[in-house]
Amino acid sequence: MHEMSLAEGVLLLIEDAARDQSFHRVKKVWLEVGQLAGVEADAMRFCFDAVMRDSIADGAELEIVETRGQAWCMKCSQTVEVRGSLDGCPLCGSHQLQVTGGNALRVKELEVE
Amino acid sequence: MCTTCGCGTGQTLIAGHAHSHDHAHDHDHDHTHDHDHAHGHDHAHDHDHGPAGAHAPGISQARMVRIERDILSKNDAYAQQNRAYFAAHGIFALNLVSSPGSGKTTLLVKTIAALNGSVPLAVIEGDQQTDNDAARIRAAGAPALQINTGKGCHLDAWMVGRAMDQLDLRDNGLLLIENVGNLVCPAGFDLGEAHKVAILSVTEGEDKPLKYPDMFRAADIMLLNKCDLLPYLAFDAALAEENARRVNPLVRVIRTSATSGEGMEEWLDWIREGYRRAVAAK
Repeated sequence: MHEMSLAEGVLLLIEDAARDQSFHRVKKVWLEVGQLAGVEADAMRFCFDAVMRDSIADGAELEIVETRGQAWCMKCSQTVEVRGSLDGCPLCGSHQLQVTGGNALRVKELEVE
Repeated sequence: MCTTCGCGTGQTLIAGHAHSHDHAHDHDHDHTHDHDHAHGHDHAHDHDHGPAGAHAPGISQARMVRIERDILSKNDAYAQQNRAYFAAHGIFALNLVSSPGSGKTTLLVKTIAALNGSVPLAVIEGDQQTDNDAARIRAAGAPALQINTGKGCHLDAWMVGRAMDQLDLRDNGLLLIENVGNLVCPAGFDLGEAHKVAILSVTEGEDKPLKYPDMFRAADIMLLNKCDLLPYLAFDAALAEENARRVNPLVRVIRTSATSGEGMEEWLDWIREGYRRAVAAK
């Protein structure tokens, strides 16, 4: 269900943009999904198709752009790559990490007409 | 819309009145602009709905629109409005989050009684159904507004903003928002509060912070509640604190009991200090 409501959020943003930018059909959607955002790409694709049906993005192609999880390790004083939210620092094992990237879910771009 | 569990919206009741989110959202869209057509797509299709029919066969009308908006951006915009309102009016707002049954409402009732009118305060209560909690708060002597989220699993910033319209909270006040009992979804929804306060009761598991790290990471303070029951339980309070710090090294932990009063003075001091700063910063 997680991805279903995400897809609904995507459609809301598309409909907002359609009003502002006066387009009538969406052909392709670029969606940024961070590794730490907890979203399954396959589930997202499935829900995307279902939610976009009968909307201005009916049949639109979905391009998922993955971004890597990043965090600032307070012990190492540097940015490190992390894959899961419970992973420690890959260098020192510390959990004193401040997530700095790869946790976003963002509609990046649309191809429209 | 909840990005976490897929719960629905559209059945929100604020103090018993139906509200819909589907009104005109008046945001700035300074981040939408057109691109040139630098994408090499093959647009071999019919153009049967060009603007004002102004199209020529064989010439693509496709264009790129940059959006760059987070899925939660609508909520975040409302949260910023709330935050600005709180700042302008010297209101110290706290968002209390926990599982159902952690003792939030009882803790609030005791907090209100202990503050004893020294601080103007109001409470927003979030639950899926019933106004039982708001009634308990009102009985404790504080104005309270119940938001029923219907199918929803969390409060969002828009609901809190509308509730503020109805709540008669004076300037230089304390706003306590009791979120829907849920350790998952409320973590993602900024309400414009100064701090999230996570409440974990000792009748739960020590590993809750590890199971629901997003919530414990989002909170600035954790109240380990119902500590009067520790002698009767196998709960390892030190381990619970360690787990909380594992996901959030900076979290402050206060062991509390609304029943025995343990930790209440420390909790109240923390509120008073934040309140004093909010008023001073106005």
